[in-house]
Amino acid sequence: MLGFILRRIISTIPVMGIVALFVFSLLYIAPGDPAVVIAGDQATPQDVERIRTALGLDRPFLERFAEWSWRILHGDLGTSMFTGMPVTQLIGQRLEPTLSLMVITLILSIVIAVPMGVVAAWKAGSWIDRVLMGFAVFGFSVPVFVVGYVLAYVFALELELLPVQGYTPLSAGLWPWFENLILPSIALGCVYIALIARITRASMLEVLQQDYIRTARAKGLGQRPILFLHALKNAAIPIVTVIGIGMALLIGGAVVTESVFAIPGLGRLTIDAILRRDYPVIQGIVLLFSFIYVLVNLIVDLIYTVLDPRIRY
Amino acid sequence: MDRRSFLKSSLSVGALAASGGIAAPAIAQGAAKTLKFVPQANLANFDPIWGTQYVVRNASMLVWDTLYGVNDKLEAQPQMVEGDEVSSDGLTWTFKLRSGLKFHTGEPVLAKDVVASLTRWCARDPMGLMIKAIQKELAAVDDKTVKWVLSKPFPKMRFALGKNNTPIAFIMPERIAQTDPFKQITEYVGSGPMKFAQKEWVPGAKAVFEKFADYVPRSEPASWLAGGKVIAIDRLEWVIMPDPATASAALQSGEIDWWETPIPDLIPVLKRNRNIKVDIADPLGNVGSFRLNHMHPPFDNLKVRKAVQMALSQEDYMRAVVGSDDSLWQLLPSFFTPGTPFYTEEGGDILKGPRSIDGAKKLLAEAGYSGQPVTCIVAQDQAPLKAMGEVTADLLKKIGMTVDFVATDWGTVGQRRASKSPPGQGGWGMFHTWHAGADCATPAAYNALRGTGDNAWFGWPNSPNTEKEIEAWFEAKNADEEKSAMARINKAAMDDVVYIPTGFYKGFQAWRSNISGVVGGPLPFFWNVKKG
Repeated sequence: MLGFILRRIISTIPVMGIVALFVFSLLYIAPGDPAVVIAGDQATPQDVERIRTALGLDRPFLERFAEWSWRILHGDLGTSMFTGMPVTQLIGQRLEPTLSLMVITLILSIVIAVPMGVVAAWKAGSWIDRVLMGFAVFGFSVPVFVVGYVLAYVFALELELLPVQGYTPLSAGLWPWFENLILPSIALGCVYIALIARITRASMLEVLQQDYIRTARAKGLGQRPILFLHALKNAAIPIVTVIGIGMALLIGGAVVTESVFAIPGLGRLTIDAILRRDYPVIQGIVLLFSFIYVLVNLIVDLIYTVLDPRIRY
Repeated sequence: MDRRSFLKSSLSVGALAASGGIAAPAIAQGAAKTLKFVPQANLANFDPIWGTQYVVRNASMLVWDTLYGVNDKLEAQPQMVEGDEVSSDGLTWTFKLRSGLKFHTGEPVLAKDVVASLTRWCARDPMGLMIKAIQKELAAVDDKTVKWVLSKPFPKMRFALGKNNTPIAFIMPERIAQTDPFKQITEYVGSGPMKFAQKEWVPGAKAVFEKFADYVPRSEPASWLAGGKVIAIDRLEWVIMPDPATASAALQSGEIDWWETPIPDLIPVLKRNRNIKVDIADPLGNVGSFRLNHMHPPFDNLKVRKAVQMALSQEDYMRAVVGSDDSLWQLLPSFFTPGTPFYTEEGGDILKGPRSIDGAKKLLAEAGYSGQPVTCIVAQDQAPLKAMGEVTADLLKKIGMTVDFVATDWGTVGQRRASKSPPGQGGWGMFHTWHAGADCATPAAYNALRGTGDNAWFGWPNSPNTEKEIEAWFEAKNADEEKSAMARINKAAMDDVVYIPTGFYKGFQAWRSNISGVVGGPLPFFWNVKKG
């Protein structure tokens, strides 16, 4: 097992390398010029050119890529062209809000979606199933920002129960931290809940038709242990897989959610960096996200072995 | 008290009772002196010479001070200087610093700091560059006196040093001001009324300023950048909110105190809320611009430019930009800002009265226009520019021109407009932008009006007559001469169609009703603003 983990971690290195080359090339050919944004609207073309030179943007592609790669290998993601701050510091400032949002959303989604899917499968074809799956379709169909605005309007402006926007660090207290994350997590979690609930239902339906479930029923086992102990564990592999794949959905959704709720996380940093063509920041964030994604997949693979002892690496 | 505050207070009282401590009231007291402000954009960098965005200027006004400052009549008044002396030939300026000026580190502001700061500013500012071109000597005479010797009189010196157009002549400590003007400073120490809390700065999210206890305001009443900058709050938090709906909701719920740029769509909602005040943010507003490429066909031909100018309806543009509120816009047969002392409409008749589509078609035929596409590069991520771009596409089609509409983002427009290649080879035919009215009050900082051809602002208009009159304005010795020169500038620039103004429009600002002292101006002024 340890060998497998090591091999997987080592295998992330070429993946990250390809991602790095891809991102760097894409940004190189993308239109837009950070020097123009820095110089402002009143700047002369000569001013813009001098800023380009000062930023090293006039150097050839290969030279810039080689220098950037060398720095990455030394753990240095570079410096933001706009703020002058190290990219690691910028990411560090934004990591906690995004991680908090994703963790709360993940927990909330699993806690809601898995029982939803199980109950829908158990009551397949009934009105309960239809209501639950109707909610899942709704979750899929309504964009995150619409859910976000509606929640903010109802719970923050009308009922005055929760804040409209912002983020309070965990160090300031558990409730202030959690209070700011309730509405964003629900908004972000809608799609995720819908996805997990539908997969859970489909997977459970398949398992519930297996012979051993019939045997369990014949033995007189109660509905709850059948559903949650026997069936769910065997239906869990596709569910865990979709939770892992859905991390990309969460990352993408976090970009919108953080904008709607003014959460100073990595999503907003990404948008700001893209709009300003702050290349080192974009590159740093994409590398980080790709690393997280690879890591999540590794964790999912490891969970398989826990859920199904037949799986060994 | 709203429901959340009540719930929070109840929880605080509960916690207080449980802990026996006094933490909650202390927090409440501290919060009362913190002003939360949503600026127009993200404070992504903080060097007012290196990055000339307005948001940087607005934040810099708190941290750095200037030798002079313009008042609401755009007259430069002494700010850091006690006074100045000009030699009879107008060639030597001597500035004396007033007493009590200190940097946030506690060091006194000295003449050497002024010399280094002005040197850096001169390398980037259009007026600074003009002064630098005629500079013989800039030196510190003693700790409080600076001497600037020129080879030619420069009557606009006080205005240059006190103007609100970017980049502003801020005074920094010598060690910071010695930074290459094309590289960013990393230490934000000034002598302004507030200190920058660098450790709390999260670009894209938050910037914090704290009252500078040792700042000595001038005794005169405050008026824009002039007079006594008295800070009545302890702490100012800039909260970056890119989403207008979120900012609107936050203002309504009392989570923020002041929003610099609410969008027109949300104004009715804010006006209905009795806890919110709404007013015009900047009486100097903005001038919309239809920028043409004078270097390549079809707009290298004056008759083609004239054809667009005579057909263009500013009303169409303004309604597209600000909607149905007629108090927010006006027609602008001028390049200059309405309501300013030297405003003129000389030569602007072509933009007045009924628009002439037929006349434009006739002129295009005379010009020999044969259907070359006009590459319109239109930023879709800037609402006013997107709106203007759509009106333009319609206008050009109506007069019989072929439109190549390139919908893109502002960053790409910024890059592409710098290309001098023909439109079909990566260049462009026209783009929209806007200029802050404060920049258009006079030709002083009005780069977009210059007609220096290859060296001019994007579009590269070549208008020797405009240039001749701008030079006359800079040399004007009194207000009458200035006014006359500006009338001639307007006529020359209209005749050569340097660019086409698409109208004058204003925006709102909104703040909670427990905030007092908010005034309209080209930037948010935080001095004399009180909370509670």
